[in-house]
Amino acid sequence: MIRPALLFSVALFNLRSLPGRKAAAITAAIGIAGVVGVLVGVLAIARGFQRAMTVSGSPAVAVVLRSGADSEMTSGLSRADTRTIGDAPGVARNYNGYITSAELFVIINLPKLSTGTDANVPLRGVEPGAFEVRGNIEIVQGRRFATGRNEVIVGAGAARAFAGLGVGQQIKVGRNVWDVVGIFTAGGGIAESEIWADTAVLQPAYQRDDNFQSVLVKLDSAAAFEEFKESLTGNPKLNVKVLRQADFYAEQSTAVTRFITTIGVFIASLMALGALFGALNTMYSAVAARTREIATLRALGFGASPVIFSVLLESVLLSLLGGTLGAAAAYVLFDGYRASTINWQTFSQVTFAFNVSPDLLGMAIGFATLIGIAGGLFPAIRAARLPIAAGLRES
Amino acid sequence: MNASSQPLVRISNVTKTFKRGSEEIQVLAGLDLSVREAEFLALMGPSGSGKSTLLNLIGGLDRPTSGMIRIGEDRVDQLSDRQQAVWRARHIGFVFQFYNLLPALSAGRNVELPLLLTDLDKAGRRQHVAAALAAVGLPDCSRHFPRTLSGGEQQRVGIARAIVTDPTVLLCDEPTGDLDRKSGDEILTLLQTLNKDYGKTIIMVTHDPHASARASRTVYLDKGRLSDNPSA
Amino acid sequence: MKFLPLLWAGLQRRKLRTTLTFLSIFTAFMLFAFLGAIREALGGGVGMAGRDRLIVRHKVSLIQTLPESYKAGIASVEGVAAVCHQTWFGGIYQDPKNFFPNMPVEPADFLAMFPEFVLGDAEKQAWLGTRTGAVVGRATAERFKWNIGDRIPIQSPIWGQPAGQGQWEFLIVGIYDGTKKATDTSQMFFRYDYFEEARQQMKGQVGWYTVRIANPDQAAQIAAKIDEQFANSPYETKTEPEGAFAAGFAQQIGDIGAIMMAVVGAVFFTILLVAGNTMAQSVRERTAELGVLKAMGYSNFLVLILVLLESSCIAISGGFGGLGAAWLIIASGNPIPGLLPVFYLPANSIVTGALFAVALGIVAGALPAWQARRLKISEALRRVG
Repeated sequence: MIRPALLFSVALFNLRSLPGRKAAAITAAIGIAGVVGVLVGVLAIARGFQRAMTVSGSPAVAVVLRSGADSEMTSGLSRADTRTIGDAPGVARNYNGYITSAELFVIINLPKLSTGTDANVPLRGVEPGAFEVRGNIEIVQGRRFATGRNEVIVGAGAARAFAGLGVGQQIKVGRNVWDVVGIFTAGGGIAESEIWADTAVLQPAYQRDDNFQSVLVKLDSAAAFEEFKESLTGNPKLNVKVLRQADFYAEQSTAVTRFITTIGVFIASLMALGALFGALNTMYSAVAARTREIATLRALGFGASPVIFSVLLESVLLSLLGGTLGAAAAYVLFDGYRASTINWQTFSQVTFAFNVSPDLLGMAIGFATLIGIAGGLFPAIRAARLPIAAGLRES
Repeated sequence: MNASSQPLVRISNVTKTFKRGSEEIQVLAGLDLSVREAEFLALMGPSGSGKSTLLNLIGGLDRPTSGMIRIGEDRVDQLSDRQQAVWRARHIGFVFQFYNLLPALSAGRNVELPLLLTDLDKAGRRQHVAAALAAVGLPDCSRHFPRTLSGGEQQRVGIARAIVTDPTVLLCDEPTGDLDRKSGDEILTLLQTLNKDYGKTIIMVTHDPHASARASRTVYLDKGRLSDNPSA
Repeated sequence: MKFLPLLWAGLQRRKLRTTLTFLSIFTAFMLFAFLGAIREALGGGVGMAGRDRLIVRHKVSLIQTLPESYKAGIASVEGVAAVCHQTWFGGIYQDPKNFFPNMPVEPADFLAMFPEFVLGDAEKQAWLGTRTGAVVGRATAERFKWNIGDRIPIQSPIWGQPAGQGQWEFLIVGIYDGTKKATDTSQMFFRYDYFEEARQQMKGQVGWYTVRIANPDQAAQIAAKIDEQFANSPYETKTEPEGAFAAGFAQQIGDIGAIMMAVVGAVFFTILLVAGNTMAQSVRERTAELGVLKAMGYSNFLVLILVLLESSCIAISGGFGGLGAAWLIIASGNPIPGLLPVFYLPANSIVTGALFAVALGIVAGALPAWQARRLKISEALRRVG
């Protein structure tokens, strides 16, 4: 019969000899720490990017583009269209009227602070309703731009990533000069990578006459979406596509997310394989180094189970130690780390922060445990099946 | 070679001190020893008496703290590390208590190891190996691996390896220590044959009186000093 | 060499350990190689840029168009040898996921400007003679299994429908290859005259110009002169060498690329650390055997060399094996053609990887070999029993 006390006493005996094998144990733990830390880092990138893209996607906000447009840049809506859209059923109202914002989306070039070279920055023309439609815009420095003036407000992410976007500075775009009058946050969402201006001022600057590219609409409730959508897509005078804001953002981020995920998963797999071989090697060495001890134990009458258990326990503990170290290091080093990259679908920069979320940490530790088990199982079985007499003789 | 006039091995006033931590332990305290060519000398004494240490000094594995060791024309105690290695390859053959064969090499390859240090070509090496294995009575075992051989056979391979370069002196450290009586006797018989029929000079460390009985002379080592009589 | 069997014996000693060490090194180097390929794909356009070419684009942003009439103005600048334009068509074949770049160009000018695109004479003539003709790069042709003679329907959200037709349709008249592995053969080019006639908006506008200059050392001056010509016009230009333009794009991906490289680099070294330690350990365990060899008269130096050779063997075979396997996999095709325009293992990755493998072998073997060297033989032998 296997008594737990027996298992633990053997396991403890095993673990007590660990300090004698310090170098090997430490190296194994470091190996796992490295792999886990990196895995968390890479996944944190994907998480962070995804989060930036979707966190501000409210189910009660709808985005309307021209039918067939795969991004705002390829969409076009006339003022008449935007009026019709604003009048559709389901749109929320306040004392000012319907809560909508007809918007323009263009790209300007600004030097990226981290590289010094130019990058594509989104410049969005919005109507006054834009703030209430989104509901999470907060001016953290300065003020909103005044309508009709060449003024812009800058998203916090953009202000951090690009040069020349401080309050009081000016941006020169072609023949136009814009004053930066404020900095805003948007709950960590995509809008923070953008610069906002008054649509009415942007239109003539870009020779867009009275055309827009998208309309954002705040709905009465999330449930009002279907009615809103059908009224527009069923209207023969309009040629539009209607999405929930969350779905729109999800659509806009598929390419980059897919890229990071594909490469991330591939790399993580290779890393895991390498770590596994390393763990196996370490554990086999550990078992081999103590062949005589293990044989002695078995000669004394301890069965196979305590031996297997003790080896497995050692392996799992080492991996857990390494995994925790790696996860902790990743959290300290990576969480909140800001980066930006180009989203090919919108052809402009997206700023985001690495997101080391709790479930990522949990996943990392689980991963380490798996490696510990896999790396210890076969050596453990080998230790248990060692021919005792031969083992006693080995040095 | 001149067999009679000068001893082959001359050791005079040799001491050896080891540092163990901060302590200094004197293992050998002023030894004198002479061994003639074609002599079969047994070196006996209780464990810890320094027998192996003396053997190591003779074999150029270590240097004495003071004193002189001369083998043939060479002052072994004055050789540098690199010179010792070269000298050892030519003049010494070792036989160990635990055989010390490389488990991943076949018997033949094990015996060949010292020959790799010479200029012999492949054919020449193969010849010598065959001859050595034949001399120890294992002519057909060249391809066998140590783990398939018995203890006695493994020791024979060890002896074959020790004689394959035709060394000046054969140094054996407890050659029968790990063998049962029967195999041990066979080994001792083999050593005697090598000594009597082939004229090999052998110095053997042992604690087994049966083994030392086979030698032509026995000296006793106790507390770092040599004598011709066993201590009480 | 005659010492080969001895070397082999060392490796065979613990077969499992040798195999596992080999495998972890193999994996680490595969990772390294893929890293190199990805990094090259993300930023390699820089290397391919022509030294004698400049890019002229709208000063505000690449997405703004320039008038086609600028061609004459640019050509008149001193030092300019040739001019041609391209426009971003943004065409979609069946599904946005099937992304590949497609552009209308003036065929003769274009092919002369970009000698890295290799097109057979017959195909060139066919293109010049077919209004709706298009040439497509080998990578995309193989991706969708297109052949010469196929009609390809394309949607363009940017340019809408062509006049008089439901959708854009091109006839493939040629497949081009690249002169080098780094050449992007994913693009499709069709004729500007067909484009101009059939598009229903922004007629007379093009995306950007490529300019060949006679003397590459004059690049900065010529660029300045071109921009000067159009300063204060409704369409101001920004001209820069093609290399700088490509670098700018690489920088935009920038952060992600750099982060991935740094991060995976860390893993690479970690795996090697573990492998190295294992190799070092296996040497330490064989102190007794090394002692026996020395007892036989093997010099310290010889033993050192043998140990180094043994660890180098594992490291080099694992390293070269991993690099080679990755090379084979990479050469077999681009798994994400929509995201990576080119996919190959650059030479400098191979060389660096090889050097790392050798270094690993030496480092892993050197330390324990050095320790073994200092060990007294008598002590080594005493450890046995």
